[in-house]
Amino acid sequence: MTTILETKNLEMKFGAVYAAKDINISIAAGEVVGVIGSNGAGKTTFVNMVTGYLTPTSGQISYRGKSITGKATRDITRLGICRSFQIPQLFPELTVIENVLIALTISKQHKPVLFKPAIDRALEGEAHDLLARFDIDRYADQEIQTLPQGVRKLVDIAMATVAEPELLFLDEPTSGVSADEKMDLMRILIDALKTTDTAVLFIEHDMEIVEAFSPRCVAFYEGTILADGPTADVLENDKVREFVIGSEFHREAAQETAKEGAS
Amino acid sequence: MTKTLDRTEIGLLIALPLLILVAFILPKWIVNYVHVSMGTGLVALGVMIQMRAGLVSFGQGLYFCVGGYAAGMMAKFLGVTDFFVLLASGIVAALILSALLGFLLRRYREIFFAMLTLAVSMILFGLLSSTEELGSTDGFNLPTPSYLGWTPEGDTAQFMLYTLTCAIAIGCAIALNRFLKSPIGYVNEAIRENELRVEYLGTSAHQAVHITYVLAAIVSAVGGVLWALPLGHVDPEMTNWTTSGQFVFVSILSGTGNIAAPMIGTFILEIVRVYAVEISPNTWQMILGSVMLLTIIFLPKGLWSLLTRKTRTKKSAGANASVAGE
Amino acid sequence: MLTATAIAVDGLGFAAWLFLSSVGLTLIYGVMRILNIAHGGFYALGAYSSAWAIGIYTATGSTVALSFLLIPLAALIAGVIAGLVVERGVLRFMYGRDEVLMVLVTYAIFLILEDVTKLIWGTESYVAWQPAFYFGTVEIFDIPYTVYKFIIIGTAIAVGLALYLVLNKTRVGKLLLVVIEDREISGALGINVTRFFTVTFVVGAILGALGGAITAPEISVSPGIGAEIIVLSFAVIVIGGMGSIGGAMIGALIVGFARAASVHLYPPAELFSIYLVMAAVLAVKPYGLFALAESRKI
Repeated sequence: MTTILETKNLEMKFGAVYAAKDINISIAAGEVVGVIGSNGAGKTTFVNMVTGYLTPTSGQISYRGKSITGKATRDITRLGICRSFQIPQLFPELTVIENVLIALTISKQHKPVLFKPAIDRALEGEAHDLLARFDIDRYADQEIQTLPQGVRKLVDIAMATVAEPELLFLDEPTSGVSADEKMDLMRILIDALKTTDTAVLFIEHDMEIVEAFSPRCVAFYEGTILADGPTADVLENDKVREFVIGSEFHREAAQETAKEGAS
Repeated sequence: MTKTLDRTEIGLLIALPLLILVAFILPKWIVNYVHVSMGTGLVALGVMIQMRAGLVSFGQGLYFCVGGYAAGMMAKFLGVTDFFVLLASGIVAALILSALLGFLLRRYREIFFAMLTLAVSMILFGLLSSTEELGSTDGFNLPTPSYLGWTPEGDTAQFMLYTLTCAIAIGCAIALNRFLKSPIGYVNEAIRENELRVEYLGTSAHQAVHITYVLAAIVSAVGGVLWALPLGHVDPEMTNWTTSGQFVFVSILSGTGNIAAPMIGTFILEIVRVYAVEISPNTWQMILGSVMLLTIIFLPKGLWSLLTRKTRTKKSAGANASVAGE
Repeated sequence: MLTATAIAVDGLGFAAWLFLSSVGLTLIYGVMRILNIAHGGFYALGAYSSAWAIGIYTATGSTVALSFLLIPLAALIAGVIAGLVVERGVLRFMYGRDEVLMVLVTYAIFLILEDVTKLIWGTESYVAWQPAFYFGTVEIFDIPYTVYKFIIIGTAIAVGLALYLVLNKTRVGKLLLVVIEDREISGALGINVTRFFTVTFVVGAILGALGGAITAPEISVSPGIGAEIIVLSFAVIVIGGMGSIGGAMIGALIVGFARAASVHLYPPAELFSIYLVMAAVLAVKPYGLFALAESRKI
């Protein structure tokens, strides 16, 4: 398996606070990796660094052998790394199909072309196909701001796949989605992504989902990597149980209590 | 380049002969207002295409003035009277200035963009107002233009200028309509909605803004030349921010939905202003301000949205039409 | 030596005027995140009220010394009335809307205020020079300066000090600082943000009016002074960092001295000194010297 992404001693410092330290990760082509860790552990910071939103205070990131540390987000996207967001980053006043059409237009348009129409029937067809792959084509003509979180997440992820990335980061793809729908959502997602042999790294708080969908798991804690390996092993790891899952357990328990209290 | 024209472009093309016809049927004073609003309408268009990207230019008068003064200076200092050369000089001046300034302004959004464009336009205002060679606050006059050697006089001259003005204005409008439907046009809408995502989709928001800024500048400069020539005069007021404010007003009122809206809006504004100022000169701005407030509160997408409200939900023409907002 | 003094005094005088004319704008932005173009309107209202009141008063032949009181009085009344009408009548229905939209709203209000001023006072100029010359002039190294200039400088310092004390030493002030930091959390903490907004806006309006009122005796008050001041105040607060009162003070000082320097050393640059400073500052700090921090989005 070829390594496509490699980070060396990545570090992100804000003032005196280390948001991330000594991050060394390699990802191979087509791999599916689950990332766990409580809030503030550095998972999103890691994704932000690799995708160019943040420039690491030290360390290197290389993609397919070439350094991408400090490159602009748009360049990294064009190289083949895309991401979805914890809070879906969409175009709220436009419809779902319009959001996707814009994503398609941008990915197909490398040079600024001024007077040629961007959208034609063929492109619209592609957009609908993409939505169908994620099972949200029925929402095509609705404005984003009218839609529930689950649908927004899917649109967000669908748009991230438009550039046909080799490596896709999904930041909490199932957060905000009800417990029963989480599994279905992930199934739709992973199936859609398997067809393009994309490497996927998804951040997740639900251990069941991590177990079900990712053979490999990376656990973050306070900015560093606690464990990295086969999911079953990582989840058995003492430190992981204490610092990560323990807190997950408490979170779920708290949610259960809250649900009981509300009913 | 696709050869099919959308509804707006067809409308604009039909409007051209109608406008020329108007010159024969309607009284001179109306034709004058139509003529003048072709020029200022183009500047409003410049404001409008930037507004699509969420950028409000409170200093578009800068290029309105640059166009007029560039042409004027060519005439005044180099004795040029050829219409096409004068027009070209306005375009070139605007192109160079906006290409340069664009590097600074493309980094700003929201309030900063608005106020920096205002500040820049006022720099020119100060410059021109204190330059004696250019008439200071009085400005200076422009000669009657000639056309590739031929200098018509009297009514023919007016008609010639009017026809060319209409043709160029319509041409610009059609070009801008295409621009709005081009990839950059959509990138602009995306920038307005969520610039972060635009970068993540793989394109440079700054570059799109820069290009839009330059295009708007060129169109505004053309407007400046077309406005100054029939008037025969330019002065620094063209770049005063209060003038720019009127272009903003028209854009708000007409909305960003359709290319023709700002031009129609400008014409209506000019006519209404004449009457309002005559009836009660000290309430004209109050009326403008109140209308603007009401539009912002009740019709945030401008008056044009009244016409398109039904078509949007119908979805008859597909996503194409609604994103372009016809 | 002479030039240095000239620059120093002129610089201080101009800085004081700039500060007084822009502090209201930056205060309102800092607390409410609204760039209030109507600030120009408040300035003009203050100038007209002050000039008109002084005119009437001095016509009665009473002692000019008391006419000085009319300046803050005019500013207070003009500011309170205009501020309340604008805030309660229009702005409070639009809180939370897009920042640029609010600029357009305040611009519309500015247009309305311009005509209100014309309707009340007409379009001719008002002059009320009496207070400016009452205390005569004072000579520093043989250069005459009106004492009034120092009164303006004194007022600017007083206003700056007052704002500093209120913001940092009083409970109300500290709560205001919290609102400036984060409006949402302030509300969640139980702070009556709406009431703070109203008070802040009115205070900002009064300060804007004060800028105009205190300037009135030195100029010929006519339509258009409102529009002029907007560009200048914006430049000052951009340099200092929008929303920062200390920034406004420093911005005013930098511009004041830059302008004074160009007047005495290189006159052609005078008009643009303010923009040159702004360009220089923005080149290094794109959002001004003490810009308010923005939080991360993703």
